[in-house]
Amino acid sequence: MKIPADLSYSKTHEWVRIEGETAIIGITDYAQDALGDIVFINLPEVDDTLEAGDSFGDVESVKAVSDVMSPVAGTVSAINEELIDSPELMNSDPYGAWIIKLEGITVPDDLLDAAAYEAFCAESE
Amino acid sequence: MELIFEKSVAGRACDILGACDCDYVDLPQDVLRAQPPKLPELAEVDVTRHYTELCHHVHGVNCGFYPLGSCTMKYNPRIDEEIAALPGFQRIHPLAPQHAVTGCREVLDLARSYLCKISGMDNMTFQPAAGAHGEFTGVLLIKQYHDSRGDTARTKIIVPDSAHGTNPATAAMCGYEVVNIPSAPDGCVDLDALANALGDDTAGLMLTNPNTVGLFDQNILKITAMVHEAGGLCYYDGANLNAVMGVVRPGDMGFDCIHMNLHKTFATPHGGGGPGACAVGCKEFLSEFLPKSALMDEAGHLQVRSFAGNFLVVVRALTYLMSMGREGIPEAAHNAVLNANYLMRRIQGTFEPAFDRICMHEFVLDLSEFKKETGVSALDVAKSLIDYGMHPPTMYFPMIVHEALMLEPTETESKETLDWAAGVFAELYELGKTNPAVMHEAPHHAQIGRPDEVRASRTPVLRWYPQEEGSAAL
Amino acid sequence: MSYVPSTEAQRKEMLAAVGVSDYRELYADVPQQMLLTEPLDIPPGMGELEVSRAMNALANKNVQYTTILRGAGAYDHYIPAAVRSIPAKEEFLTAYTPYQAEMSQGVLQSIFEYQTMICELTGMDVSNASVYDGATAAAEAAAMCRDRKRSVTLVSAAAHPDVINTIRTYCYGTGDEMRVIPAKDGHTDLDALREMLGSDVSCVYIQQPNFYGLLEDATAIGEAVHEAGALYVIGANPISLGILKTPRECGADIAVGEGQPLGLPLGFGGPYLGFMAATTKLMRKLPGRIVGETVDTAGNRAYVLSLQAREQHIRREKASSNICSNEALCALTASVYMAVMGPQGLAEVARQCTAKAHYLAEKLTAIDGIDLVYPGAFFHEFVTTLPRQNEVLSALETAGILGGLPLDEGVLWCVTEKASRDDLDRAVSIVKEVLA
Repeated sequence: MKIPADLSYSKTHEWVRIEGETAIIGITDYAQDALGDIVFINLPEVDDTLEAGDSFGDVESVKAVSDVMSPVAGTVSAINEELIDSPELMNSDPYGAWIIKLEGITVPDDLLDAAAYEAFCAESE
Repeated sequence: MELIFEKSVAGRACDILGACDCDYVDLPQDVLRAQPPKLPELAEVDVTRHYTELCHHVHGVNCGFYPLGSCTMKYNPRIDEEIAALPGFQRIHPLAPQHAVTGCREVLDLARSYLCKISGMDNMTFQPAAGAHGEFTGVLLIKQYHDSRGDTARTKIIVPDSAHGTNPATAAMCGYEVVNIPSAPDGCVDLDALANALGDDTAGLMLTNPNTVGLFDQNILKITAMVHEAGGLCYYDGANLNAVMGVVRPGDMGFDCIHMNLHKTFATPHGGGGPGACAVGCKEFLSEFLPKSALMDEAGHLQVRSFAGNFLVVVRALTYLMSMGREGIPEAAHNAVLNANYLMRRIQGTFEPAFDRICMHEFVLDLSEFKKETGVSALDVAKSLIDYGMHPPTMYFPMIVHEALMLEPTETESKETLDWAAGVFAELYELGKTNPAVMHEAPHHAQIGRPDEVRASRTPVLRWYPQEEGSAAL
Repeated sequence: MSYVPSTEAQRKEMLAAVGVSDYRELYADVPQQMLLTEPLDIPPGMGELEVSRAMNALANKNVQYTTILRGAGAYDHYIPAAVRSIPAKEEFLTAYTPYQAEMSQGVLQSIFEYQTMICELTGMDVSNASVYDGATAAAEAAAMCRDRKRSVTLVSAAAHPDVINTIRTYCYGTGDEMRVIPAKDGHTDLDALREMLGSDVSCVYIQQPNFYGLLEDATAIGEAVHEAGALYVIGANPISLGILKTPRECGADIAVGEGQPLGLPLGFGGPYLGFMAATTKLMRKLPGRIVGETVDTAGNRAYVLSLQAREQHIRREKASSNICSNEALCALTASVYMAVMGPQGLAEVARQCTAKAHYLAEKLTAIDGIDLVYPGAFFHEFVTTLPRQNEVLSALETAGILGGLPLDEGVLWCVTEKASRDDLDRAVSIVKEVLA
């Protein structure tokens, strides 16, 4: 299971890459593996504002659905529309398949680093 | 199999109507469609043979064993069909004058009287078309009751996490916040969890008893009393009524309203997915909130669909109720429970029940140990059953049991069928130990192998397109 | 009778195998004070012959009219023999929802074909496998349109009263608002609608032909709806779609309707069939079962229940609808009806209904005191004034004719292909006689 060292993580299995005022968010390798073949994603709209912990969409596999939460607060500035036609990218390249970008972000202090997230995943097994 | 559209031949038709004996009129050009719908063009023989071919690839309960847990697939008597086909029921307009429909009204009244006695309720509507629709109707009774008292702070409905998905979905459709409470390991209500969830904001509790693992909740009187104490009402999901009809009544368990699936408990056929029909019963204090039809009855009431509901299904259920009568109803329940226990004990020793105790009308097998040992999953076993001509049990439900197979044989299966079924399970148990690979690929003798569901969901093809329009994918 | 096949001896054997001596021991978990001590207070069971006698007696209490000139949401069309016999096949009749695709290809394919036919009929892209009836289809469509910003549903006053009331009930459930667009001369008042189309409106529902049988200017209404950024839902009569503009051609985002006219008996109101079809854009918001095409392990064409993650058994309280059972056998019946009629046959039913309704309207309004209440083109229903209404309707009844439905503004008549010209002439002469 891949857990890149340069990202931050949530306990609900999202990754976040923080670049200045912008955050890029996706789901982790652990999450995609637990869901199985992803068949669809519901995306939010640009300009939606999110609090940390808000659900901003959901990903569907054939027999399950899972909310995706925003680990940080901010305003949606972009959504990855490629995922609408190719949701399988979240399976094949979870850290490349970003879902949303947020601007004007506030980062809570409970985000996990790669080591802490790895420990958290091991605990959940 | 070819699609019906692929059998179409331009210019072919059935002559049904004959010539029109009035002059055609021309409607304004701008209201007419540009081109006719591309319906198939076929002779009657083509249509008949097409559907005969299709029906050879359908398994109904009247074709063979169908132990689909929580669906109560009991035999559907033929007399019920014959009665529902009587012109005196089929050709009756729902808006015909009252004096012309006294037979229909009497059917509803009689069915109401039978079912009120069986459920321990005071009044009943037949408007809802299915179980989930009945849940919606029942929870709306609860909502209207609280609203009528100005008690608008009750915003939550409590649902155990072992409940059918329709329960929380229903509560949400009625504007309630759903409070999911964890069940005890045996699927029964965890009294502490319930106590913690109850409060001034509790509108009600939705519950199935026997519960979704097929056990009767011994604390039921305590549970309903706790909800009433908090000011909430209790809703009974009648999905599992077949185990207890004529033995114990939901009304005596403390429930205020209830739905009964006529297409499960009262033997009306399920038609490949519907139509069902649903009776929603309530205690007298909720009677005034029952739905009515704006056109058939009177305005000013809620209504959940048009007219009086799936009447011809109620006709079938009444025919069944009259056939069964006061001895037949409990006899069916006793034998539903006996058949489930007998089959469970016959299978035990190979696949193990999740709960080693007397069950109600259904039981759950837990295949997690078997899977660990052999790699064969509940899905593999289910698919392997198809090769024996047995419909698989309900799979992976309830979610509180891992690798679950839920079997409900119903009372209309003979000892011979149950013995045969137990033999099939024993064979598969051995097969799983000796040749698991063959089970991963089951079924081997069905019309199709396992379908690619991921592809179906990722690139949905939800209709046929004529060839000239090119690609079929959306 | 209980339909239990096991003999007394077998039951004893099975009880012993379970380790109990008596049925009562099977119910040991039930609090004993709750167990019924007396037999149920219902009549004793009956043999099949006795039940048949009793139920026939009930059926015979109903009046069967030879001619039915009443519609208002339930239509007396001819049902071809094949349409009665095919869905009665026990395999179709007694199957459950096709959860196990390998054992249910026949049902799944029939639903896929039904979805295609409904798309053809309505001009839409995707159809579900059915909902309960036309009224719940309308209410579910309104629910599909709501989002965080727009939640108000507008419904035409010229829609069926049961449909309006059902939408109102579903809105009461979720706590959303429904407003009624007034009617003017029996049609949806377009000027009033324009004023009501605020930024909080999620969708507008109209019925075509409407409750009074009149044809709405559905295209103009659709333009106004879309200009205001709302979605457009049309409730259509499926027979009329044999010739009338499709909902899609009128701009609809969702087409719904009561499928009963497609081969289902009047049956005192049910079971009927709610059809629902939408644009591709709204596909994942459709409630209920949807069948999709895929391939099996050998690469052969196969059908499955698809897009299931929309549904209650997966999404639970987040599902937009709780629907589980639908009206599959009624959908099958409608499919067989459409296959038997074909495109020409369906158009012919629609043309004959129109022809005969206009014939009756012409003959009735030639009588003094009877006039059309509303102006404008109509399909197979129309409203007239009718002096001495009760007398006229009971004279018709005595002759075995169910006359039109009394409304506040007059009488709503309906004529289908089943009425012959002689039937209509007979009805007209009775009306004349009473009013002479």
